[in-house]
Amino acid sequence: MDFDLAAESPKLTQLLIGVVAFLAVVGLVLLLLDRAPMRQKARLHAAILLAPAVVLLAIGLVVPAVRTTLLSFMSGDGSGFVGLDNYVWMFTQLEAVTVLRNTLIWLVLMPVLVTAIGLVYAVIVDRSRFESLAKTLVFLPMAISFVGAGIIWKFVYAYRPEGADQIGLLNQIVVWFGGEPRQWLLDPPLNTLFLIVVMVWIQAGFATVVLSAAIKGIPSDIVEAARLDGAGPAQMFFRVTLPSIRPAVIVVLVTQSIGTLKLFDIVRTMTGGQFDTSVIANEMYNQAFRYGETGKGAALAVFLFVLVTPIVAYQIRTRRALR
Amino acid sequence: MAIASRLLVGAVGLALVATGCGSTPTNPRAEGGTSADCAAYSAYGKHDGKKVSVYSPIRDAEADLFQQNWKQFEKCTGMKITYEGTGEFEAQIQVRSDGGNPPDLAFFPQPGLLARFAKAGKLKPAPAEVKTLAEQGWSKDWLDYGTVDGTFYAAPLGASVKSFVWYSPSTFQEKGWQVPKTWDELMTLTETIAASGVKPWCAGIESGEATGWPATDWIEDVILRELGPEEYDRWVAHELKFNDPKVVAAVDKVGAILKNDKYVNGGYGPVKSIASTAFQEGGVPITTGKCAMHRQASFYANFWPEGTKVAQDGDVFAFYLPGKDASSKPVLGAGEFVAAFADRPEVKAFQRFLATADHANARMKLGTYVSANKGVDLANAQNPIDKLSMEMLRDPATVFRFDGSDLMPAAVGSGTFWKGMTDWINGKDTKTVLDFIDASWPTS
Repeated sequence: MDFDLAAESPKLTQLLIGVVAFLAVVGLVLLLLDRAPMRQKARLHAAILLAPAVVLLAIGLVVPAVRTTLLSFMSGDGSGFVGLDNYVWMFTQLEAVTVLRNTLIWLVLMPVLVTAIGLVYAVIVDRSRFESLAKTLVFLPMAISFVGAGIIWKFVYAYRPEGADQIGLLNQIVVWFGGEPRQWLLDPPLNTLFLIVVMVWIQAGFATVVLSAAIKGIPSDIVEAARLDGAGPAQMFFRVTLPSIRPAVIVVLVTQSIGTLKLFDIVRTMTGGQFDTSVIANEMYNQAFRYGETGKGAALAVFLFVLVTPIVAYQIRTRRALR
Repeated sequence: MAIASRLLVGAVGLALVATGCGSTPTNPRAEGGTSADCAAYSAYGKHDGKKVSVYSPIRDAEADLFQQNWKQFEKCTGMKITYEGTGEFEAQIQVRSDGGNPPDLAFFPQPGLLARFAKAGKLKPAPAEVKTLAEQGWSKDWLDYGTVDGTFYAAPLGASVKSFVWYSPSTFQEKGWQVPKTWDELMTLTETIAASGVKPWCAGIESGEATGWPATDWIEDVILRELGPEEYDRWVAHELKFNDPKVVAAVDKVGAILKNDKYVNGGYGPVKSIASTAFQEGGVPITTGKCAMHRQASFYANFWPEGTKVAQDGDVFAFYLPGKDASSKPVLGAGEFVAAFADRPEVKAFQRFLATADHANARMKLGTYVSANKGVDLANAQNPIDKLSMEMLRDPATVFRFDGSDLMPAAVGSGTFWKGMTDWINGKDTKTVLDFIDASWPTS
């Protein structure tokens, strides 16, 4: 509890050594850069400057990725090769298939909902009197961590039996309207939707801000021309606004898709993956660390990587096309 | 409740420090090693400035009591014990071990997990002195749980008895209900209570990522009663399958109580509310008369609202969950085991201290605690349930079995078994759930 400087001194020494080593590497790189011959300087300079990053990437990304892939073909304790067993398990065992199904539901609904809500909100508040206040309000949840949001929403969904004082907002509203309190997080597949609401709540602000900025970037002469041509609000939206901000919409969709695939905190905080709400990242953690089934955990990790790859590739391609 | 008990712990601590300082008024730190208080610790040697790290699933008030209990040991041996309690022990001990940052000692609550680490070659076998102490203190059952492939790794620390049903003695007396002696009497009593308009049972199995474990305890208790200890052992070893008709029948026997809306869940709602009720809160409605009985371990004594008197003539007490007949008394229990990742002299010394009956006795004096060590003095028990638990544990007629889910491979024992029972409470039928658990048993 109390911080004892003397007791912590070994750690401080380690920290000091680390900082000194870092500075030494930076110094060495700069020195090499300085000494490098002036001719073909650009290439050599690039090589020298990139080397530390490449080394770190190899240690931190490539090696673990290769090891994870290898582990995914091995048994739980990593003692022997089992071929494709872990992948077969992933696509055949009911429990694992449920996890894949949930991830798919998330992946389909989450980005679309966030983008749609963000877009509608941005269009509605655009140039209104309360625009900045309205945007602030919807952006605020972004500041809350996923775990924090999970805990908040767990209270929103909290259940007390009929007749007792409801402590959950949602059930209280239901009771006010004469309904019966329900246990929202217990019934699959509806409970996954209630979890998705939480993430939409967090992320909608991000979509609103990005899309609102894009809408403001539409040249006013285009808007005016469309108005003069007699475009109604719906036509304005679908024929002018939406095509003009297409790149921004794609950015939002892509970032949200990647974020959704990595989703872990909300599910873990709110249901722990119980009641058929688990998703890939949560199940990966369970298998690898809690159950000691490293092989299955690694297989799930590899599959997650495979799922993310096309999205990332698409994003890189559209970025290039934009340039 | 937590704050109150912390305050209490603080007060006890202050009192101890006060008395401790009284004998060595000048400078306890410098003189500690030579004072009379330290005579009992001289055997552990001097380890000035050395550190021992302990990683454990025990947190909060209970953890404070442990640390309180080690103060004198630290003072006399000169070593510093850094204790870390976590709610994520099962996952994080693996992460720390894999990451090259294992603790010196870990309190494993699951022999199955312990065996996994021992087989992976991560643990050090227990020192000879610890083994001797363990053989003196614990029965063969307990030693076996700390033994992997013939090597003794871990001495037991604390224990708990799970086969208890909590009830309110005053309510029972008022209504003329009798504590049942057999399973049939228990079911008759359940029917009687239900007919009187009170929900007979309370239950709660929500426990974060461990949700479901209280339901597995129910199942284990009934399998131990219905099929007997030998079959129980076979079931734990997966020689008897989860979807065996005998196991299905036992699970349905539990279902007759837990999945019957007439019998559960007093104060919380229908059957499904069991899945979302925190296990700590599960039995609390007994104190308001909303339900009558709650099957939960001895440590549930910690979870009653403040001011609840735990005694035979108090507000709440527990009776033994009856078996088929009154003659056989199988007991389901659990405990922690102290395993070492390091074998430095100071680690060995502390490991040895933890294995002694002295440690257990001193710990009991500080607050509620149960040990299966034969050397403990029952007079030190702080509440009647602890005393009753220890009497049951040391009774030679008792057939003791360790919590089955803690012995199974983690993928089942702290995975699909918990999850399956949660789904079962949430509406899935017995056969589907047991098939699912069976299929998840690791093949390698």
